[in-house]
Amino acid sequence: MNALWPALRAALIAAGLAFPVVALRTDLNMDNQLVLEPRWSWMLAAMALAFFGKLALGALPARKPKAAPAQTAEPPARTKWIARAGLALIALWPFLALFFAGPSGALKWIDNYGVQILIYVMLAWGLNIVVGLAGLLDLGYVAFYAVGAYAYALLSTQYGVSFWICLPLAGILAAFWGVLLGFPVLRLRGDYLAIVTLAFGEIIRIVLTNFSSLTNGDAGIASIPRATFFGLPFTAGPNGFAAFFGLKFSPIHRIVFLYYLILALALLTNFVTLRLRRLPIGRAWEALREDEIACRALGLDTTKVKLTAFALGAMFGGFAGAFFAVRQGFVSPSSFNFMESATILAIVVLGGRGSQIGVALAAVAIIGGSEILREFDFLKTIFGPDFDPTQYRMLLVGLAMVAMMNWRPRGLVETRAPTVSFGQARQIGADMVKEGHG
Amino acid sequence: MELFLQQLINGVTLGSIYGLIAIGYTMVFGIIGMVNFAHGDVFMLSAFIALILLLALQQMLGVFAPVLSFLIILVGAMALTGLWNYMIERLAYRRLRGSFRLAPLISAIGMSIFLSNFVYVMQGPRNKAAPPMFDKVIKLTSGSSYDVTLSYKQILIVVVTASLLAVFWFIVQKTPLGRAQRACEQDAKMAALLGVDVDRTISATFVIGAALAAVAGVLYLTYYGVVNSQDGFVPGVKAFTAAVLGGIGSIPGAVLGGLLIGLIETFWSAYFSADYKDVAAFSILAITLIFMPSGLLGRPDVEKV
Repeated sequence: MNALWPALRAALIAAGLAFPVVALRTDLNMDNQLVLEPRWSWMLAAMALAFFGKLALGALPARKPKAAPAQTAEPPARTKWIARAGLALIALWPFLALFFAGPSGALKWIDNYGVQILIYVMLAWGLNIVVGLAGLLDLGYVAFYAVGAYAYALLSTQYGVSFWICLPLAGILAAFWGVLLGFPVLRLRGDYLAIVTLAFGEIIRIVLTNFSSLTNGDAGIASIPRATFFGLPFTAGPNGFAAFFGLKFSPIHRIVFLYYLILALALLTNFVTLRLRRLPIGRAWEALREDEIACRALGLDTTKVKLTAFALGAMFGGFAGAFFAVRQGFVSPSSFNFMESATILAIVVLGGRGSQIGVALAAVAIIGGSEILREFDFLKTIFGPDFDPTQYRMLLVGLAMVAMMNWRPRGLVETRAPTVSFGQARQIGADMVKEGHG
Repeated sequence: MELFLQQLINGVTLGSIYGLIAIGYTMVFGIIGMVNFAHGDVFMLSAFIALILLLALQQMLGVFAPVLSFLIILVGAMALTGLWNYMIERLAYRRLRGSFRLAPLISAIGMSIFLSNFVYVMQGPRNKAAPPMFDKVIKLTSGSSYDVTLSYKQILIVVVTASLLAVFWFIVQKTPLGRAQRACEQDAKMAALLGVDVDRTISATFVIGAALAAVAGVLYLTYYGVVNSQDGFVPGVKAFTAAVLGGIGSIPGAVLGGLLIGLIETFWSAYFSADYKDVAAFSILAITLIFMPSGLLGRPDVEKV
């Protein structure tokens, strides 16, 4: 009986929460007027869920406080092997897809599951430098992605500059914007910095939307030149890639090429990050994340340290942006809204800020997961024809961010090998590390 | 001159709405030092709750009396939104109070994404137009080219805002709850030692903040007559700008900041460019934070080690 009252209370609260928004759906009728369509069963379901959920929670034995786990002495060798096996799989992925799905079926697997995920892996690794290593929450990261994309789009359509020249230019431009925006704001403390970067991201988007003479406004820039294989276009003609190598022309060549291009860019990001972490600047980033005041007391120029992280993260965002433009052949401001920033941030947060492999896994889970949601057509037979599983993507991402902060605030990969160590490098569990001001 | 007067009226109306939302940001920041990123979406949710309650009143119960239905949806939206925010605080923020500094902000961003997509999934992607209410307009001057008008809605918004702010001011200044709130704001640990239930006080803060956001939501719905699941983000950021401009943590500052942001936005749209009106608000946010982080009426934030 004692367990029933809290459960009843939970059900009542669920009813209160669900009553207007869930139980009554507003819809336009034939006369273009809003009418209410009752869905009491949904509300009852929510109440039942809360009731039995609470009951089940109450029935669980009280959780004993876990004894502090000893330092996990798991050898780093195992993660290394996982990473290598994963890398081999990723490197062979297009050929596996071609082998198993055939040239027509492989397109989806390489493009949607390969290129799309790798773009986000790269973006998340870039943001990871800012959020994960330096501990600066950047809510406007997509602005640098946009700078890179528009840099390539404008330079190639207006001046005919080739992709291979634009790619470094896009990175440099984005880094320049990073310095420009970062310089005034990096003195701010963590949460203010987050909000200001959000404001800058939005300002750049609004300017891209309204500065129509340059950016063509909401309509975006179309027919951006495709990438070439070091000068060989992916066309059917005699000067094309296929003819040069004596292959039969197929559009899949371009996709496979894009796949390896983004893979190389992503790995470059990872490589640079891993190397920088061993340099004094990388150590300074991590020290800054743990305790800014201590850093200042030890004589680090915190603004300069933050600025390098910000600019470097922005640069990789710019590379990814140029790649995005060349892949889509079309850019418009709507690709660079706040939800995009939030998705990239969610990947970094869920993967474990600072953990490269965790971030890559989280990108696969979130972006691959939302692609998989598209395949769940059978759910329509359960929930009716109006049910669209892809709508639930961001909803789940938001919930996952909340849940992650509450239960595993350091992300999926909680343990971290110290970058610098005396003697044997042992992994450090989350309980051993307390983060400072960030 | 006519244009100026008209924009002044519009700006004060809009500013009242921003001020009401800004109080929620400023109170939560004052008491637990967290930027409640989801507050804009709580505001949007309250507008949806109000819309659905209004439709339910008209279509299921056949109540059409404007003042009566306005009062009912106002009270209903305040209560239900308060319940929502109470649960949000319980489930998403309470455990994070001892965590690292950015944890509550990230959780709040997740909550914001959840709320806007929850309403999107439940109510669909379209703009929802409410049945018109309080449509009458008073003509103040009939100038040569331009009539300055004051609509019943605008009077309603200013009157409701002013009277609810008075009630709210009384709660904060004169009741035991307000005293506990101010005590927790100054020093939560000390307040707890002196017997203040800190958890309850923080919950109450979230409920009051949500109730004021719900007032803003109802007024927004009556003023614009249309709401969408993505409508929480921009008003939310603007209200946060208002809170920062007024000095975050300061309640009169939030109201002042809200009025200023409303006025700046309407005048900017009228005299410069409506396309860039959001840029104006966002720039003010950045400039205030960079050059004047304690705002107009706030206390300087000193970090002690």
